[in-house]
Amino acid sequence: MRAAVLAMALALAPAGANAAEPPGASACSGCHTASRALDSAVPPIAGRPRDELAAALRAFRANERPSTVMGRLARGFDLAELDVLAAWFAADRLR
Amino acid sequence: MTPGPLRPSPRAKQRDAGGSRDFPIRREAAGSDTRRPTLGDGPFSAPMDPREGLHRSREHGGVARRHVLGVAAVALAAPWVRRAAAAEARVVVAGGGFAGATAARTLKRLAPALQVTLVEPEAVYTACPFSNAVIAGLRDMEGQRFGYTALRREGIEVVHRAARGLDGTMRALELDDGTRLSFQRLVLAPGIDLGFDALPGYDPAAAEILPHAWRAGAQTLLLRRQLEAMDEGGTVVMSVPANPFRCPPGPYERASLIAHFLKLRKPRAKLLILDAKDIFSKQRLFQQEWARLYPGLIEWVGLSKGGKVTSVDAGARTLVTEFGRHQGQVVNVIPPQRAGLLAERCGVADRSLWCPVDPLTFESRRVPGVHVVGDAAIMGAMPKSAFAANAQAKIAAAAIVALLSGRPPAEPRPLNTCYSLTAPDRAISIAGVYRPLGGQLADVPGAGGVSPLDADDSFRAQEAVYADAWFRTIAHETFG
Repeated sequence: MRAAVLAMALALAPAGANAAEPPGASACSGCHTASRALDSAVPPIAGRPRDELAAALRAFRANERPSTVMGRLARGFDLAELDVLAAWFAADRLR
Repeated sequence: MTPGPLRPSPRAKQRDAGGSRDFPIRREAAGSDTRRPTLGDGPFSAPMDPREGLHRSREHGGVARRHVLGVAAVALAAPWVRRAAAAEARVVVAGGGFAGATAARTLKRLAPALQVTLVEPEAVYTACPFSNAVIAGLRDMEGQRFGYTALRREGIEVVHRAARGLDGTMRALELDDGTRLSFQRLVLAPGIDLGFDALPGYDPAAAEILPHAWRAGAQTLLLRRQLEAMDEGGTVVMSVPANPFRCPPGPYERASLIAHFLKLRKPRAKLLILDAKDIFSKQRLFQQEWARLYPGLIEWVGLSKGGKVTSVDAGARTLVTEFGRHQGQVVNVIPPQRAGLLAERCGVADRSLWCPVDPLTFESRRVPGVHVVGDAAIMGAMPKSAFAANAQAKIAAAAIVALLSGRPPAEPRPLNTCYSLTAPDRAISIAGVYRPLGGQLADVPGAGGVSPLDADDSFRAQEAVYADAWFRTIAHETFG
């Protein structure tokens, strides 16, 4: 049963099989949990709408949206890179 | 996508259960004849390094060599990791902290068919982040402890033994019971060792009197008991080393939380920090917080004012500097540090006693096929933190899967975020974004930095909430 669920979860993981994980993506789950089993004050980002994520990242980068660490982190990426990250996490799913 | 090759293969494991008696730990690999046909499904045995093929043929004979060639061809045709079912490739991970456990889990998640073995002597890991809150009586030790049940459930083989070093082939890790774990790639995450020989008078016996509490566990609780038992008007003395060391803002978070404890419980007590540096992480923020929250309680003495501790007189509870002697009723010695001893035994540490790595893959610059992640590695601008260890481990795991699949590793862009509590409900942070530059990880210009000075109480409170969320998230990602 568990194996079947795992196989299904992997089959559903959309970007994983073909697209390469963009630079910076793997670090995000240090704060934004990738697990549906955990409640957190830091909002999960996997599966959120791409446009919403892209807009948030761009606003953090431009200091137009208040943040604690997100502005400091978003400024480590150019706009195109932020958009790729947004698309990546929009296509991702909580595990 | 067919579900078959995606599954972990419990049945295959059962078939193989009778494997080699000489290498009981390698049962699965040694008995892998029955699984050879599945090799064609995946690319894992494609040798990047000719020695991998040679080593394999020594173990399994010419049949294996032919398979390796066949698999290499398949790898070119179908390089998708998650479709892979090759059961022979094995990655061994030594060290079960934030770096090692994350590496093991990420390897298994990215490549379910890969054999992943985690070697860690302790059955329970005691985490350092938030252990300063334990010292200050704000948090229970139980919240620092994590086991490896989730890793086992995911099909990671967890071996609770100490690793001794590499064997002569440089393609197997020797354990303290003589077992040899052969690998295609090895991840070393040995953390730190305390440099007892670097501070005269400070040794494991002295640490029972003057605790370091820089590896969490019994030492953490010893320091807490000493603080609780201290006289009301006593003095606490801390010694802080020069860079590099584990958790650069950690000593100052500890000072903050000890000051909080003293303010509540020992109002006439003082805290003296003797520092071997003139500048430290988040310095202006810490000093602003100290002036505001603990006025007159903390005295910080930097290098140029004689803060460097040159020797320790444990019997007299005294720290000796070039300028004088400082006795405390409670003395916390954070000694100089070095990469965990296993790094030196494996030949990956250089004369600095830390481990130089390639910033793309975190592969050792000294021993090919061995990746070093976490506090033991020299990561350029990236600090030695649990966040960094976890981030590096995920990058190394992805790079290893890529290399084993015959793909080039992606260029990494690791991040770091470190929170420090300055009071139970207040925190400050430092963040960074890094990229490979000139053979090292460098700060991405314009990114990163610390929390704003003069931020209002709600900002500090929000960061304390995020600090707590971070710890629960990263612990969950690392240990399940």
